[in-house]
Amino acid sequence: MSFDVVRVRGDFPILSREINGHPLVYLDSANTSQKPRQVLEAMKVHQERHNGNVSRSVHTLGTESTEAYEGARATVATFIGAANPDEVVFTKNSTEAINLVAWTAGQFLSLGPGDEIVVSEMEHHSNLVPWQLLCERTGATLRWFGVTDEGRLDESQLDELVNERTKLVSVVHMSNILGTINDPARLVARAREVGALVMLDCSQSVPHFAVDVAELGVDFIAFTGHKMLGPTGIGVLWGRAELLERMPPFLAGGSTIETVTMGGTTFAPPPARFEGGTPPITAAIGLGAAVDYLTALGMDDIHRHEQDITAYALKALAEVPGVRIYGPASPEGRGGTVSFGVDGVHPHDVGQILDDLGVEVRVGHHCARPVCTRFGVPAMTRASFYLYTTTDEIDALARGLEQVRKVFA
Amino acid sequence: MMDQLYQEIILDHYKHPHGRGLRDPFEGEAHHVNPTCGDEITLRVRDDLSDISYDGLGCSISQASASVLYELLKGRTPAEVNEIHEAFVELMQGRGQVEPDEDVLGDGIAFAGVAKYPARVKCALLPWMAFKDAAARAGVSVNPEVKA
Repeated sequence: MSFDVVRVRGDFPILSREINGHPLVYLDSANTSQKPRQVLEAMKVHQERHNGNVSRSVHTLGTESTEAYEGARATVATFIGAANPDEVVFTKNSTEAINLVAWTAGQFLSLGPGDEIVVSEMEHHSNLVPWQLLCERTGATLRWFGVTDEGRLDESQLDELVNERTKLVSVVHMSNILGTINDPARLVARAREVGALVMLDCSQSVPHFAVDVAELGVDFIAFTGHKMLGPTGIGVLWGRAELLERMPPFLAGGSTIETVTMGGTTFAPPPARFEGGTPPITAAIGLGAAVDYLTALGMDDIHRHEQDITAYALKALAEVPGVRIYGPASPEGRGGTVSFGVDGVHPHDVGQILDDLGVEVRVGHHCARPVCTRFGVPAMTRASFYLYTTTDEIDALARGLEQVRKVFA
Repeated sequence: MMDQLYQEIILDHYKHPHGRGLRDPFEGEAHHVNPTCGDEITLRVRDDLSDISYDGLGCSISQASASVLYELLKGRTPAEVNEIHEAFVELMQGRGQVEPDEDVLGDGIAFAGVAKYPARVKCALLPWMAFKDAAARAGVSVNPEVKA
């Protein structure tokens, strides 16, 4: 067996915890992943041995910190197939990465009335609200792809939706609520025909399967460290070099400049132009260690493991009476994030009873309220898996759901 | 442990809510939403408190709480409403340390267990906050300060 989940679990100290007297069953990795010892250790070693500020000191610690920080950037760049580490901009999270593009796009795309931005009904709020605000500021129009009953992106109106007026399309790579994996190939081809840019929200894809920006052929991607075994507080915007070059600063400050006079400022080339202030150095180093960990295991093997778990979970959930799954019902073209409803029981109550049994799931609208509206429910319960998830944990979830049904019978 | 949260009284009110459904006439109406979970309630109040009507979507705690509110506050005087409202809010914000008075709170005492779950306190308070706004709009003043 190529993927040893028991060995993997041994690297994650938190997984040996108990919750309410039961072994922890952590099924909320789409929310935030747990961290292996290797990542925690890399950050500890940095703080204890090498801590200094980056890019501004000649002393040894400053140099070591800069090397580690830039090393993490190079590691991330290789991981996503970027042409050059300078195409990787460190941000606070995916939300900031998307906002960086949305807040500068008005200027570098000269947006105005008559221009169109396209998103989808499947978006996390962080890939929807920044574009709504951009359209409010510039007078551009926001349009969106719908979602099919199966939870797939409805591309039937692609040619009308993405047209000569479209300046940018930003859609999710893998839905954080339905688990759907969108293949952006047709969308990218159409965007190229009309000269629109394409951004992909990869918050849920980069952590779970191999993502290559060159292969995808998109212009920007955003993702976040804490969903891929790294710490919170570090995210990534990847953009094609010639585009980043044209974009104005977003959060200006120290590091973003070339020369400053009282009369005006010229700005540094990317990525420094977009990294105002002291960056989250330790978090970036932690993200680099997380990428090393994932790479050593192999993204294809991780994905295969998650596909197996997902298939098992879809089957197990379908066997619980009164459970309805939202999103694709088979593991093809979907990832290990499964949202569902339990007949007559509100997700809050489902989550509460599961927690009592040590099973940690997320409940609510998952920052994707339009998806809940699309499926006619105020909220959903979501179980999400990762490289450390076992079939035993899926069994615990199914048993927990039986208990939920008992309490609310 | 779950028995403390999901008391029979709460589950009964959830499955068989009292006074549910929006009715006319009314003098004050409020719509409240819990933005983190999407639960919502619309609540109407008559200015003489002779009727309180509501409709909403939400978990067992928020929906049962609305049903209990209806039972406790409908037809009371403003002074009584104040006393009960204050007692319920105090119970919910007491982190499980407040001993509820059944004479004042009736079925509301079943919510004592909810106060031990900080994430759920907001669920229980949702209808009560909506009531406070709707009552104010109907010209009935309900006072307690709430830090939910």
